[in-house]
Amino acid sequence: MTTQTTEPFAGSPRWFELAAFTGVWKRETTLFRRYWVSTTFAAVVEPVIYLLAFGFGLGSLIAVMNGIPYIEFLGTGVVATSVLFTSAFSGMFQTFVRRKFQATYDAMLAAPVDVHELVTAEAGWIATKAGVYGCAPLVVAMFFGLDPAPGMLVVPLVGFLTGLGFGLFGIWCSAVVPSIDSFNYIISAVITPLFLVAGTFFPVDQLPGWAGAAAVINPLYHCVQLVRHAAFGFEPLLDVLHVGVLILFAVGMWLIAVRYMRKRLID
Amino acid sequence: MTARLQEQQAAGEEGAGTALALRGVVKRFGDITAVDHVDLIVPQGICLGLLGPNGAGKSTTMRMITGQAHLDAGSIEVLGHPVPAHSKHARAEMGVVPQLDNLDVELTARQNLEVFAHLYRVPRARRRDAVDRALRMAHLVDRADTKTDELSGGMRRRLLVARSLVHSPRFVLLDEPTVGLDPQVRQELWSLVDALRHEGVSVLMSTHYIEEAERLADEVAVMSRGRIIARGTPAGLRDAHVGREAVEYYGSPDRLGEVETIAVEGGLPTRRTGPSVSVLRAEHMPESTAALLGAGARRASNLEDVFVSLTGETVE
Repeated sequence: MTTQTTEPFAGSPRWFELAAFTGVWKRETTLFRRYWVSTTFAAVVEPVIYLLAFGFGLGSLIAVMNGIPYIEFLGTGVVATSVLFTSAFSGMFQTFVRRKFQATYDAMLAAPVDVHELVTAEAGWIATKAGVYGCAPLVVAMFFGLDPAPGMLVVPLVGFLTGLGFGLFGIWCSAVVPSIDSFNYIISAVITPLFLVAGTFFPVDQLPGWAGAAAVINPLYHCVQLVRHAAFGFEPLLDVLHVGVLILFAVGMWLIAVRYMRKRLID
Repeated sequence: MTARLQEQQAAGEEGAGTALALRGVVKRFGDITAVDHVDLIVPQGICLGLLGPNGAGKSTTMRMITGQAHLDAGSIEVLGHPVPAHSKHARAEMGVVPQLDNLDVELTARQNLEVFAHLYRVPRARRRDAVDRALRMAHLVDRADTKTDELSGGMRRRLLVARSLVHSPRFVLLDEPTVGLDPQVRQELWSLVDALRHEGVSVLMSTHYIEEAERLADEVAVMSRGRIIARGTPAGLRDAHVGREAVEYYGSPDRLGEVETIAVEGGLPTRRTGPSVSVLRAEHMPESTAALLGAGARRASNLEDVFVSLTGETVE
């Protein structure tokens, strides 16, 4: 004990410190070493099922959608579904369990970590997972005939950015719901419409006008568009707009998630 | 005066000799004032027991010290760092053992400590040593690679303490460290806290176990309904509030009532101790009173007598 002393903190505390971030990530990576097999299994098997069921089922009726073979239309669209599920569910359930049942965040906040750093680190990890696992449907779709394209290299980044927003959305929800059962409302009323009306399974211009307009404010729609453009050719002006919407979404969600988590964690 | 003492005094005047200073601290939850103008100074190197019944405001006080609850009024300084303004500095230099076990059950003992070595900014080169040292202190070297949910209750509690020590803090907060533990486990934990104190670490320990405060604390602050109502060494508090000795009388409820009447007429305070009545300040018992009361069991008075007398739960 006497041979070591506490490291003195130099200067005034910075607003955001890397050490807080790496501390939270140390925990995540340690846990992930235990979970990666099941996570990877789910990430790969789910899109396979989607592609088999919809691709062969619906695909036998619809050969081509918006000039793209349906199975490829679907394979690129399911990336967004994957990203949404990975990020929103992690944000909701994991965050809730860690805050409420395991009191993990209470333990961390007693150490030199602040709520905004904790939320950023958790969301960053969720987004990274979403970015990586979001590529799984694309890889699966290649086995169904999707041609690899250099533009696809940006898909992990699109997945990260989208996952950041939806991860933070999940974290915010976890701070709002009174109990874990309440997530049912969010899943049925928010998540399900979000993933159905995003151009994943069918183009949004098939929808009545109001629903089409609603799709445009759905962040997931912008993710779907970016992934399709990455696979079949970018449309630079439009794509900048899509990225802009996703950045706005992530920033907005960050502000709300931090605010509500702080309310829940600091008396 | 030796040079060292002078140095200590000078440091004390600058506030550097103070591990913790609470001044006029108030915390309200709606209409309830959980912490009501608390002043509390913990000099460096002592173990201060914060003694009080459930709901006295001990845990809320602890959470304000770590910046996990806002102050409604007053100021807090931890090792010279104002909280919450420099709460992060304060947290970096103190260790916290929470009342509720919040270990990561999916991680091993060592992994739990590694995560906190990161969070506490232990430099990379020293991280392994720091974790090993904490495992040794908590006697968990053999269990380092056991998953936390496979550890016994006592081991988990020791791990919780080890986690708070991984960065060699100068000040440790223990919130009800032995609540709900078996007597054997409690002993283990007490020796761990005692070891800390001998290494010069300052400790603030909240408890509602009187024996715990009596054994470990250099000084005790008694908290009730959000206020500090007494402060002193266990012996000093005993002498000041209940005297050195007590005599316990057993009998039927009528008999107990009679004992109380006689004692009060003799000018002595009493309190109910389960099936008996304890007559306090028994060393000052007049001969006449002793004769009227008859035979009783004489014992040394304890902090519990102080505590019950002060917190007003005495049945008069």
